[in-house]
Amino acid sequence: MLLFLPLLIPLLTIILLLANSKKLRYQHFLSVTSVVAQLIVALLILKNVSLSGILVSQVGGWEAPAGITFLADYTSAILLLAVGIIAVISIFYSIGFVDNVRQKGGLFILYQGLLLGVNGSFLTADIFNLYVWFEVMLISSFVLITLGAAKQQLRGSVKYLVMNLIGSSLFLAAIGLIYSQLGTLNMADIALKLQQNGTTPLLNSALVLFFIAFGIKAAVFPFFFWLPASYPTPPIAITAFFGATLTKVGVYVMLRFYSLFAYINEPYWQPVIFAIAGLTMVFGALMAASSYDIRKILSFHIISQIGYMLMGIGLYSVVGLAGALFFVVHNMFSKTATFMAAGLIRQFQGSYDLRQLGGLYKAKPLLAFLFLIPALSLAGIPPTSGFFGKLFLLYAGFEAQDWAITIVALVVSIITLFSMIKIWNEAAWKPVSEAVNLEKVSSKVNPIALTASITITFLTLGLGITIFWTFDYFTEASRQLLDNQLYIDAVLNRPNINLN
Amino acid sequence: MNLIMAILIGALYTTGVYLLLRRSIVKLVLGIIFLSYATNLLLFFTGGLTLLSPAFDDGTLTDFSLISDPLPQALILTAIVIGFGLASFSMVLIYRFFKETGTVDLDELSDIEK
Repeated sequence: MLLFLPLLIPLLTIILLLANSKKLRYQHFLSVTSVVAQLIVALLILKNVSLSGILVSQVGGWEAPAGITFLADYTSAILLLAVGIIAVISIFYSIGFVDNVRQKGGLFILYQGLLLGVNGSFLTADIFNLYVWFEVMLISSFVLITLGAAKQQLRGSVKYLVMNLIGSSLFLAAIGLIYSQLGTLNMADIALKLQQNGTTPLLNSALVLFFIAFGIKAAVFPFFFWLPASYPTPPIAITAFFGATLTKVGVYVMLRFYSLFAYINEPYWQPVIFAIAGLTMVFGALMAASSYDIRKILSFHIISQIGYMLMGIGLYSVVGLAGALFFVVHNMFSKTATFMAAGLIRQFQGSYDLRQLGGLYKAKPLLAFLFLIPALSLAGIPPTSGFFGKLFLLYAGFEAQDWAITIVALVVSIITLFSMIKIWNEAAWKPVSEAVNLEKVSSKVNPIALTASITITFLTLGLGITIFWTFDYFTEASRQLLDNQLYIDAVLNRPNINLN
Repeated sequence: MNLIMAILIGALYTTGVYLLLRRSIVKLVLGIIFLSYATNLLLFFTGGLTLLSPAFDDGTLTDFSLISDPLPQALILTAIVIGFGLASFSMVLIYRFFKETGTVDLDELSDIEK
């Protein structure tokens, strides 16, 4: 029953929120209650996974592979928990930051829809069901990105919409190919049949289609162009939430599919993944270095850092996968924190354009530090989480002696540091530029949004400092991913074992 | 029959991709719709083409090997509904887009952005 709660809570909240969408107090109270409940459930799931291993629930009592299976192992549980934390902070930040028109236009309902899709994608063990959760997530994000219908938003959303719909089509076609070859949709069953019979050309083309579809969702090279076009357009509270959830679900699914299906052809996949990971890192970082809008810079860095996660998947070792997973969580926290700080800077100084900012450190040192800490974390300065994430990945790279990708990862770190220093120099240290429009400048920032931003910044710091206690969870997760027999046995051989 | 269907699906994909590469945003949306139809058909034929055989047992069935696979039919039904929802959302989006920018040409759009 526990595994259904992350799906039932948002669904129920959507229904209750729809009942009274104009009363903001009601919306705020219900949304906060709902995300806090989801956070508690995520904690419980992680605790149960660490006590009794992989949790499995068969929907409607239909045993796998006939029915749909929900499954939580360490990977799903860790990511559920991370998304839960981000959701709580994002809701508070949005309450303080987003204008009333958008809030009344269904912002909180769409947040819950997005969470429903994300939680479902993390928990499901059925590829068609995964497709459905992807669509739940996509349609919520489509509406979120166009919410308010400003000119800019509409432009950005067209690219987002088209790329993601193409991705969905390919995903569905791949599901069709898998079903026609293996006659099953259950992920564990597919993995088992692949182990027994090996792959056929048609199955390989299905795996390539999967890779392209998830590559589009995760914004890897060369499918990333929709992300910088669309992410900077909605209010930055929404962007922060997107940055922490959408692309990361793409990465999670790649991680899962690689460990269950694609690893069989590892000699073929590894160079492809490394090449794409390297190009993603380099392109993202270089394009960020040439931008002047804070939101654009941060969006390009999302892309660049997806490359690191892919690198971990390509390495496919205990440290590599644990590093990739840790990097996903680190990125969720740091990225949300930088976006939120950027939003506050905008509220304070009236612009996202670096050329029109300046003197922040003198005027508002707190805001400057709120940006500095996660920015350093993104660049990978110790003792922040970014440092440890990169350390593990580089260690795994050296261990496997994959020099090329490791060196690329090192160089890209330096470019990232350069971008972050650029934002810091331009926004915080440079004297107030003459271009600052003094009429737009307000000396106040919203206290709720500020508190949310401070909290996430502390959490980012905490993630780095507590690494020695938490890293066991990540290595456990990666052991479970590497030993996929555990997954298969949990789904197929011991049904209902943890059905409470 | 299989070959005809394969050619039909291929033709639908070709049309979809061709439309996607046009400059007009209306054709872009039509292209997406064609792609989703092609995918739906592909999904439908994954169960294999069987003539005159029911998907469910109505009590008169004697030879169960003649039954056609009901699962792709359930999948395609879901896929059609989702595709329909997304298509209607895209329609509304391009309508709003046209009202805001006054153009349906994607090239002009990038000129405006500069």
